[in-house]
Amino acid sequence: MNNDQGGRQSGGSTPGSGAAVVVEHLHVVRGERVVLPDLSVTVPTGQVVGLLGPSGGGKSTLMRAIVGVQQVESGEVTVLGEPAGSSALRHRVGYVTQSPSVYADLSVRHNLAYFAKVLGAPKDSVDRAIDAVDLRSHADSSVGTLSGGERSRVSLAAALVGDPELLVLDEPTVGLDPVLRRDLWNLFKRLAHEQGRTLFVSSHVMDEATRCDRLLLLRDGEILSDSTLPELLRRTGAPDAEQAFLALVDEAAANPREAR
Amino acid sequence: MNPRITLATTTRILRQLRADHRTIAMMLVVPCVLLGLLAWIFDGTPVFDRIGAALLGVFPFVVMFIVTSVATLRERTSGTLERLLTTPLGKGDFMLGYALAFGIMAVLQALIATGFAIWVCGLDIAGPKWLLVVVAVCDALLGTALGLLVSGFAATEFQAVQFMPAFVLPQFLLCGLLVPRDALPSILSTLSDFMPLSYAVDAMRTIAAVPEPVGEVTTDIAVIVGAIVLSLALGSLTLRRRTP
Ligand SMILES: Nc1ncnc2c1ncn2[C@@H]1O[C@H](COP(=O)(O)OP(=O)(O)O)[C@@H](O)[C@H]1O
Ligand SMILES: [Mg+2]
Repeated sequence: MNNDQGGRQSGGSTPGSGAAVVVEHLHVVRGERVVLPDLSVTVPTGQVVGLLGPSGGGKSTLMRAIVGVQQVESGEVTVLGEPAGSSALRHRVGYVTQSPSVYADLSVRHNLAYFAKVLGAPKDSVDRAIDAVDLRSHADSSVGTLSGGERSRVSLAAALVGDPELLVLDEPTVGLDPVLRRDLWNLFKRLAHEQGRTLFVSSHVMDEATRCDRLLLLRDGEILSDSTLPELLRRTGAPDAEQAFLALVDEAAANPREAR
Repeated sequence: MNPRITLATTTRILRQLRADHRTIAMMLVVPCVLLGLLAWIFDGTPVFDRIGAALLGVFPFVVMFIVTSVATLRERTSGTLERLLTTPLGKGDFMLGYALAFGIMAVLQALIATGFAIWVCGLDIAGPKWLLVVVAVCDALLGTALGLLVSGFAATEFQAVQFMPAFVLPQFLLCGLLVPRDALPSILSTLSDFMPLSYAVDAMRTIAAVPEPVGEVTTDIAVIVGAIVLSLALGSLTLRRRTP
């Protein structure tokens, strides 16, 4: 399924080496629905990898499988060389759920202090995380009194305190204003390019493609494309990610078997 | 399990409680109000002396059951539990964190309710008063442990509250509060032997009636503690890292 492997670290060709996440033949059923029929994909280390696609496509389900909270029917998910969800990974992987998962009745600082304790992170990690998401002025406000965007930043900060090697972020920039969005994507880039962290970030907003080192397009549980943005544009001849996505969907519809 | 994480969880839960005045009132004030009301209803009759001590064992149980099952269910629906289960937090840390936090509240509750029953409502106790507090705390912990267990089976806060009649009412009816257990039809009396609340009420009764009750009460307390441990263990089995 990795039809295009021109990335800096040839993802997929040698599973395990240089790859933060290797997913092989993942099959997930939720309720009565087959959400991921047979998904294989590789996330290279040290990059910001975007998981883009319309909602309902299975982005959250794939992320849940990677952090080890999704019941899977079959297939293998290897994260940082260990089976997904194994206890050795619990302080190496940070996960931010799609809806903010922090305690509304605690202050920002108390929330982060708790997660820092659980993750065994140093005390100053709390202040650093608060600064990273630009919530200094709200540090002592109760999370329940914050706006939706602020709350999702608290949720992001709660994963940052642990300084994990792999950050799995489910739609972290939804509902944020453009300035904040840019700042957060710059933060993700810094974490990846300067500190060697791997960021796996989902979004249903195609514009965010320009922010990622690498892009995965996911629709109806299938990877339509796995490449860098320039490669994707070259291959489809489209002017932007959204058009490229539509071209790929049309292509798949016209030619359901061989499109990939 | 890791003591650092367990204690951090206890601290976090107590901090959440501090911000939640209604739940604190539910834990500390409601049992006193109910006891006061009953004392007033049965004013001038010997009834309150008969059931007052038993009620000291029933109220903490019911109140803690409700508070715990709703609190942990909120943790599931808000996604915080899903996130915590991807961290080094063990299931035991979670269960014990709650048990410790509500255990501390239970001590406060037991002191206040017992004090209120004795000094305000004039409850007569033959045995030592501290033993009433011990049993009340065990009982509150039993409510917490059962609440943790049951919240695993509920999908919404509404369902969690609905478990109250299913789990608590039968125990309430059969625990010997309304009719002494040995006066129940034999099937019901056997059933009540399997309900942990029965032992709490037995213990409270004994303390109220017997001047030297420690020996007799020890067995009851052992049964309650066993039920607490069993519920916590079963509860951590219903906590699944992977969900559908
Ligand atoms: N708890 C669940 N039970 C049953 N089906 C679910 C559940 N959660 C999600 N789904 C279904 O799985 C599919 C993929 O959902 P999801 O992974 O959340 O997609 P995305 O994150 O891309 O929006 C959707 O069709 C959704 O209805
Ligand atoms: Mg989603």
